Amino acid sequence: MMRRAAIAILALLGAALPGLAGEIGESARRSGYEFMSADTKAMQDDNTANPAMLSVLDGETLWRTKAGAAGKSCSDCHGAVDVSMKGVAARYPAFNAASGAPVDLGQRVNLCRRQHQEAEPFAPESRELLALTALIARQSRGMPITAGDDPRLAPSVAHGRALFMQRQGQLNLACTNCHDDNWDKHLAGSAITQAQPTGYPIYRLEWQGMGSLQRRLRGCMTGVRAQAYDFDAPDMIALELYLTSRAHGMAVEAPAVRP
Amino acid sequence: MMRSVSRVIAMIICALPAAAVAQELKPYTIVGDGIPDSLTGQPGDAARGRALVLARSSTCILCHSGPFPEARFQGDLAPSLAGAGHRATTAQLRLRLVDASRINPETIMPSYYRVDGLTRVGSAWRGKPILSAEQIEDIVAYLATLRE
Ligand code: HEC
Ligand code: HEC
Repeated sequence: MMRRAAIAILALLGAALPGLAGEIGESARRSGYEFMSADTKAMQDDNTANPAMLSVLDGETLWRTKAGAAGKSCSDCHGAVDVSMKGVAARYPAFNAASGAPVDLGQRVNLCRRQHQEAEPFAPESRELLALTALIARQSRGMPITAGDDPRLAPSVAHGRALFMQRQGQLNLACTNCHDDNWDKHLAGSAITQAQPTGYPIYRLEWQGMGSLQRRLRGCMTGVRAQAYDFDAPDMIALELYLTSRAHGMAVEAPAVRP
Repeated sequence: MMRSVSRVIAMIICALPAAAVAQELKPYTIVGDGIPDSLTGQPGDAARGRALVLARSSTCILCHSGPFPEARFQGDLAPSLAGAGHRATTAQLRLRLVDASRINPETIMPSYYRVDGLTRVGSAWRGKPILSAEQIEDIVAYLATLRE
C-alpha cells in the first residue's frame, strides 16, 4: 500500500519532470547520429560498411551455438531471432521480478546463460556479449524506445535521474551540465550531443571496436575524473535506465557507429 | 612471503590518499571578488602559463577558445580567453582559477585549487587540486597579458 503510494508519487514527479529547467523538450531531442559527419552517417547507414554488422553476424552464430551444462542454444528456446527478439531491446533495461530490480540487455543475456544454459556468464564487454546484444538490438531497429514505462521501475528511473543531475569528480561536473545544458556546443573538438542511448551497442571509431552503453558512460565519468561505476553496478543500471526513459519514443538505431 | 609483499602493497595503497591529503593547499585570503596575493608569494611565469593553458591535462581549452592559432581543437562552452586580462584584475583572475564557484555558484568551470566539497573523485585525483599553486600563478601571469 505504502509502496504503491510512493510509486504513484514518483510517477507524478516523473510526469512533472520535463517542465524543469535544463531538461530537453520532446521536440528538441536529437540522436547522436545527427551530430555526426556525413562520412560517419554513411558508414552507419550502409549495412555493408557498418563495422558493427560484423558483430551482429558473430551474434547470429552464437545464437545457434549450444552451450553450458544444459547443452542448449538461444534458438533452442527462442527460435528465430528476427521473430522472437523483435522489439525486445526497445524495452530494456526492464524490470526483473526475481531480483525486484532493473536489468539491462547484457544482464538479461547472462541470466539466460546462467539459468537456462547453465553456463558461465559472459564478461562485461566480451566479444560474445557485445555480439549477442548487437544481434538482439538490431531486431528493434526503427522501433520506438519504451524502456521505463513499467511503473515498477519508477523508483529506479528517479534514482538514475538524481545520478545524472549530481556533480561529480575532480572537475565537479554533472551529466546534465553537458548533455542537457550544452548539447549544442563542443568540448574541444567533440560535439557534446544529448547523450541519447539510441544506438547501443555501438562501433566507436575512437575505440576501433564495439562497446556497450556502460563502457560509454564510464568514459564520461573518467572524463570528469570521477570514480567510474563498476560494470553492472546498480547505480550504472539506474543511470542507463534513466537515459533510456529520457529517450522515450526515439527510434532504436542499434548497432550504431559513433566517432 | 608472497602474502607479506601484498600486505605491504596494500598498506602503501591505503597510505596514498592520506599522503595526498597531507599535501595541504596553501592558505589564501579572498578580498572582495579576488585574491590579491600570489599563492606562492612569487610572481608566475607567463610563458609557462601559456603552455599550461594549452595542455590537455589543464582542461582549459576543452571549454575555452583563445588566441591560440596552433591549437586545432578549442571548446565553445565558455567565453574566449582573448582579452581576459583586460576584463579582470590579477586578483579576480586568481580567484576565478582557485574557485570559480565563489564568483558564480552555478558555474560549470571547475575549481582548480580546491579539494573539499567534491563527490566521488577518482582515486588517481583524490585529495589533490587540479592545478598546483605554482601552476595557478603561471596561468594568472599569462592571462594578465591577454589585453585584447
Ligand atoms: C564535460 C562534458 C561532459 C560531461 C560532464 C559528460 N559527458 Fe557524456 N559526452 C560528452 C561528449 C563530448 C560526448 C561525445 C564524445 C564523442 O562521441 O566523441 C559524450 C557522449 C556521451 C554519450 C554517447 C551519446 C551517443 O550518441 O552515443 C552518452 C550516452 C553520454 N555521454 C552520457 C553521459 C553521462 C551519463 C554522463 C555523466 C555520468 C556524462 N555523459 C557526462 C561530454 C560530457
Ligand atoms: C568545464 C568548462 C570550463 C573549463 C574546463 C574552464 N572554464 Fe573558464 N569559464 C567557464 C565558463 C562557463 C565561464 C563563464 C563565467 C562562468 O560561468 O563562471 C568561464 C570564465 C572564465 C574566465 C573569465 C572570462 C571573462 O573574461 O569573462 C577566465 C579568465 C577563465 N574562465 C579561465 C579559465 C582557465 C585558465 C581555465 C583552465 C585552467 C578554465 N577557465 C577552465 C568554463 C570553463
